[in-house]
Amino acid sequence: MKTSLLTLSIALALGLGMTTAQAADAVTVKIGQSSPLTGPQAHIGKDNDNGVRLAIDEINATKPTIGGKVVTFEVMSEDDQADPKTATIVAQRMVDEEIAGVIGHLNSGATIPASKVYSDNNVPQISPSATAIKYTAQGFKTAYRVMTNDEQQGKVLGAYAAKLGKKVAIIDDQTAYGQGLAAEVEKAAKAAGAEVVAVEHTNDKATDFTAILTSIKGKAPDVIFFGGMDPQGAPMAKQMRQLGIKAQFLGGDGMQTPKFIELAGADAEGAIASIPGLPLDKMPKGTDFKQKFEAKYGQIQLYAPYAYDAAYVMVDAMKRADSTDPEKYLPELAKTSYEGVTGKISFDAKGDLTSGPITLYTVKGGKWETLETIQP
Amino acid sequence: MNVLEALRGKVWLSAGLLLIGLLLLPFLVEAGLGKSWVRILDFALLYIMLALGLNIVVGYAGLLDLGYVAFYAVGAYCWALLASPHFGLDLPFWLILPIGAATAALFGVLLGAPTLRLRGDYLAIVTLGFGEIIRIFLNNLNSPVNITNGPQGITQIEPVKLFGFSLGKTQEIFGLTLSSPHMYYYLFLACVALVVFVSMRLENSRIGRAWVAIREDEMAAAASGINTRNIKLLAFAMGATFGGLSGGLFASFQGFVSPESFNLMESIMILAMIVLGGMGNIWGVILGALLVTMIPEALRYTGDLQRALFGQVFIDPADLRMLLFGIALVLMMIFRPAGLLPSKQRKRELAEEAP
Amino acid sequence: MDIFAQQLVNGLVLGSVYALVALGYTLVYGILELINFAHGETTMMGAMISITVIGAMVGVAPDLPGVIIVLTGLLVAIPSCMLLGYSIERVAYRPLRHAPRLAPLITAIGLSIVLQNVAMLIWGKQYIAFPTTLLPQGRHEIFGATITDVQIMILVLTVTLMAGLVTMVNRTRLGRAMRATAQAPAVAQLMGVNINAVISATFVIGAGLAAIAGVMVSANYGQAHYHMGFLLGLKAFSAAVLGGIGNLTGAMLGGMLLGIIEALGAGYIGALTGGFLGSHYQDIFAFMVLILVLTLKPSGLLGSKSVERA
Repeated sequence: MKTSLLTLSIALALGLGMTTAQAADAVTVKIGQSSPLTGPQAHIGKDNDNGVRLAIDEINATKPTIGGKVVTFEVMSEDDQADPKTATIVAQRMVDEEIAGVIGHLNSGATIPASKVYSDNNVPQISPSATAIKYTAQGFKTAYRVMTNDEQQGKVLGAYAAKLGKKVAIIDDQTAYGQGLAAEVEKAAKAAGAEVVAVEHTNDKATDFTAILTSIKGKAPDVIFFGGMDPQGAPMAKQMRQLGIKAQFLGGDGMQTPKFIELAGADAEGAIASIPGLPLDKMPKGTDFKQKFEAKYGQIQLYAPYAYDAAYVMVDAMKRADSTDPEKYLPELAKTSYEGVTGKISFDAKGDLTSGPITLYTVKGGKWETLETIQP
Repeated sequence: MNVLEALRGKVWLSAGLLLIGLLLLPFLVEAGLGKSWVRILDFALLYIMLALGLNIVVGYAGLLDLGYVAFYAVGAYCWALLASPHFGLDLPFWLILPIGAATAALFGVLLGAPTLRLRGDYLAIVTLGFGEIIRIFLNNLNSPVNITNGPQGITQIEPVKLFGFSLGKTQEIFGLTLSSPHMYYYLFLACVALVVFVSMRLENSRIGRAWVAIREDEMAAAASGINTRNIKLLAFAMGATFGGLSGGLFASFQGFVSPESFNLMESIMILAMIVLGGMGNIWGVILGALLVTMIPEALRYTGDLQRALFGQVFIDPADLRMLLFGIALVLMMIFRPAGLLPSKQRKRELAEEAP
Repeated sequence: MDIFAQQLVNGLVLGSVYALVALGYTLVYGILELINFAHGETTMMGAMISITVIGAMVGVAPDLPGVIIVLTGLLVAIPSCMLLGYSIERVAYRPLRHAPRLAPLITAIGLSIVLQNVAMLIWGKQYIAFPTTLLPQGRHEIFGATITDVQIMILVLTVTLMAGLVTMVNRTRLGRAMRATAQAPAVAQLMGVNINAVISATFVIGAGLAAIAGVMVSANYGQAHYHMGFLLGLKAFSAAVLGGIGNLTGAMLGGMLLGIIEALGAGYIGALTGGFLGSHYQDIFAFMVLILVLTLKPSGLLGSKSVERA
């Protein structure tokens, strides 16, 4: 939910007024949030937005004092349409509004080009959901994430696939997410001693996978891993059943959705998929978060807990630095050690999570149930 | 004599005023609307180049090309590959831009050659296929040999550097602080000026008239001694050159390219620009490109407006965008087929014939 | 299981889906020489409408046999799409019938975008599920390949519809009027054929076919989406061109062939090119076929005489 034009202009006027006249005891600090708020991923984007808002509302309620002033945080939310070009425009817009930091973006494809704008302007960025390895590998000291990257998740999934069976087949949807994850799973499965018998590809608009599944069936794999999203995963599960393929179906976080079960129906049974982090009910503050979030915004879609944590991590660094100035709190951000609702958060030199537990879920009786949590 | 001189003076005067206006524009825009609008302005200039390029193929030569974005992609990837850590290359821009434009032109000829015999709708659908093929290859050429880095795209692309002066960083010139979007604005403006100049010269040249002749009646054009094959190929090549040029500039400006930026919808948007503005008319096309780039940005505010009025958003502005362009395409063709600013010739041609 | 036989079956099923959609393209093209870009979107609308009706039926009368419910969905989708097809022709194509060729093509693209976005506003951006459990779920083995009941239904339906259309075009008054309009509209009009009515009828029939195709596609894959019609439409058009555009038997042949090319291509391209090309090039085959046919033999495999201008 973006701030309405009216409140935005009022806030702007107030903000300007405050910084000049009333700067003595209270200030307003803007935190940016950007994700696709329109388009096919709008529901996931809005989820991120809600996560950030919940965190900021809670923080504001405690009336935090930073640098001797009571700080009120304000969320500036911008729609990047999951489009690389639009992402740079909204990044620029938020930088112009002198945000103190940004939680975003959702997709790797939007996060990477935007990260350049933030880095150029020295604005700290925490992505709650971008998984592409490249995001933090660009050498930007402003780029962080509270989500495991493809390599971290791929390692766990690859090792798990090798544990499920000796012969692994891999399919990806040739998107930045699917291909990135599948490539890492392939490496890890091989490293764990499994034989990768087939690597096939499809795309994120396809619905017919019979040709690739048939050729995979000829190689008799024990496990089929799919790097991609639920609209492809579901018909894939169906067609595996149709073709009489008995292999275990395994996927990443793009497949661990209620939609997957809805679309695949009975054929979803037994599929396994992972999500980074611990299951919410296992976390000390998890159930509490779930209740608060659902009371306010309804069902959690996907990454809201990560967005929520990201906002807390950013404010936490500001508190420790006793400043909302990026120049001052950025070094503190690097030293983060924070117990969030998704797990313990600390960063390595690149800005990636140092440890990231991955939880595996399986479809049982038409619902995702926790299978096990793997600590890398 | 006196009158003539006065007139000439006025032309120069208005041209001068226009130039000053254009030079000051980014500062006015920044002051009025914020720096992000300078970035939008930059993208608008890129789209003007693209639209003018497509205008040569569709507007002048009458060859409906639905895969135009392929040339944009080729130009962008040329730059990305030759000036990024991906291959560890960092060639100077005066070398890459011509390479990108020339490669795009080559692809233009590659597309043009087998489709010479096709007309109208068949050509449209073949070019559409061609555009998709290019995109699919860019998306897939990460294995077995990693050329394009596949769907991950290419990051850390070098900005344009003039004599060791990088357009990617904020610079101080004569006490004036110029940020990256500002400097790109001037570079893009210069390129647009070049493209407009070339377009204008082409329009009134032998080649331009040959294109029109082919568009009006290919048979008659061939009969009157026009080498239709070469002239058509030239149209494809010229259009593609502009596409490649803007692609290279896009890559350097954005610092990141991935195949998702070059999908079919992008081709259709560029087509919408020239249809809306007026096929074959340079100023119409520029108007169309500006409208199509600015409208989505303006539409964002309708979301805020809906929220302010009803407390919630009924129709997402981004959804509205494509719907409006679709409706605009249909309505324009039915009610104003020659566009908002029609070219005189085109107007005549698109007027309804007697059944 | 025999891999090759299975790939052939995969191709045939995929191909009959293309063929179903291609019939509509070829019918309209045969008469008007117009690529009705919005045909793929009509297919999508058919799928969406039927799913909505089916969903409502399941809610109201869950005890009815599944087949009846799906049939009702189909019977609502067909006239709805026919109405849509009729309106599309009236609003977007008829005013441009004498305009230069570029104009109706651009309108067609515009319409296609409009329909997609309207569908998105009505049914949302997410994929919606087709309740596949309503239909028979049987699987059969033939020559070592597996085929499902729904897939057999699609194959039978495609062949039946094609045969029905051929009979209609060759044997009925309307069919004769259609052929006359295709060959020489002006002459047909002088001979007393109401060409406006004939063209409307063509669009209506084409849209009805699209509705059936949409329902079959979503039943087979278990889902529908506002974007599903576009690529499907393009591939079906390629199939129609391959078979010889304007020729109904050709559309079916082209569809089947394209399906088989895609299945075998995706299945064996890796082995054939030594791993250089992989199954991610599956979508390229349709476009390659299109380009090759149009440049080498524009009249297609069973080219009809009406194609002289390609």
